[in-house]
Amino acid sequence: MEHIELFFKSIFIDNMVFATFLGMCSYLAVSKKVTTAVGLGAAVIFVLAVTVPMNWLLDQYILRDGALAWLGPEYAEYDLSFLSFILFIATIATMVQLVEIIVEKFSPSLYNSLGIFLPLIAVNCAILGGSLFMQSRDIATLGLALNYGVSSGIGWFLAIVAIAAIREKIRYSNVPPPLRGLGITFIITGLMAIGFMSFGGMLTGGDDAEVSEVQTAQIEKASEEKEMINENTASVEAVEVSEITQQ
Amino acid sequence: MGLLSKKDSKLILDPLADDNPITIQVLGICSALAITAQLKASIVMAISVLFVLGVGNVVISLMRNIIPSKIRIIVQLIVVATLVIIVDQVLKAFAYELSKELSVFIGLIITNCIIMGRFEAFALGNGPWRSFLDGIGNAAGYGVILIIVGFFRELLGSGTLLGFKVLGDPIAKTGLYSIGYENNGFMLLSPMALIIVGLIIWVQRSRNKALIEEN
Repeated sequence: MEHIELFFKSIFIDNMVFATFLGMCSYLAVSKKVTTAVGLGAAVIFVLAVTVPMNWLLDQYILRDGALAWLGPEYAEYDLSFLSFILFIATIATMVQLVEIIVEKFSPSLYNSLGIFLPLIAVNCAILGGSLFMQSRDIATLGLALNYGVSSGIGWFLAIVAIAAIREKIRYSNVPPPLRGLGITFIITGLMAIGFMSFGGMLTGGDDAEVSEVQTAQIEKASEEKEMINENTASVEAVEVSEITQQ
Repeated sequence: MGLLSKKDSKLILDPLADDNPITIQVLGICSALAITAQLKASIVMAISVLFVLGVGNVVISLMRNIIPSKIRIIVQLIVVATLVIIVDQVLKAFAYELSKELSVFIGLIITNCIIMGRFEAFALGNGPWRSFLDGIGNAAGYGVILIIVGFFRELLGSGTLLGFKVLGDPIAKTGLYSIGYENNGFMLLSPMALIIVGLIIWVQRSRNKALIEEN
């Protein structure tokens, strides 16, 4: 159940392109034809499926607070999470290189269709973003991390194939000249993002965002009250102190 | 401009408008859009990119003759990642709330296409001073768009600028709200960022016909 929920959530609700704008550069640059879009999309799914679980292991056993406890009790207090950017990006760059070599060796036909996109992917924000979101959302198990990688890759694939299809069609319509190309693509993506927002109601009734706002409001209120109480006690103490000194 | 020659000042001024990284070169959109719901976050993001790109360009330019070209991507990634870690730690120390709000998007400066693009296209072939100017110019061009988008989204979405209630108080019905004005909450949602950038591109290209794409 947890898996199914995460799967659909990362494809539709937290779609990488429409909800968090990750991988926009290649999304805009490589979406002129459906066939190339399919190639890049497949490569993204592939690389995300490899790097997210790898980085999950790194995060779990090296980076997070207390993760080094398996080395012995004296290491239990280290918190290396400030190193996560550099380790994640290094893993991604190496994995992309490795995947490229392996694919070239074992499946030349796949290499011919994916090949040119693989080096591009090392600097695609969607890949690093997948790992960073995996870290900040506290994905609990390796299986869930793999699921998250694959499904957010599928979400990205869906987005780029859809926009490529729309752009192929829009070539025949009469767009105002200054909007041609980039401008209209931005606006279409915006409209598609609005469409994808309606998926928000799919899982939990769609109140996630509102609930969190209410919660933060409550927390703010609570902390304000706390501060007021603190101030009150402080002033009471001050009064008491002054009384004592007077006595 | 006594300090800068004509060629040098072109390096800074071009990316601000006619060679803008976001609207013309289509670089660095990834992290640009998600954080522009508030002006403050946009400004912090712009400054972070300014720092990373300015310093990074100088570092890469100084090392340009000793980096073997086969591994240059990974060297560039390491340089950016180091600078971004500095920014991230500084933000966590001095502006914790803001760094929570920007969440992973500071980390995503690493894969911001502007930075790799400038390293590849400029810093690897030019001296440190010109690379520095180029970095500052491009980061400023990026920042300008970010700040314009952030300005409109915050003003129309929540009626504030940098947290100040410039249009009056929506609950007490003062200022504009007294004549029935309402905030457009839609501006705070992420799709509007895309549409605003689309409109900026529209305005810019109608003013300068040379920039219009074929299709």
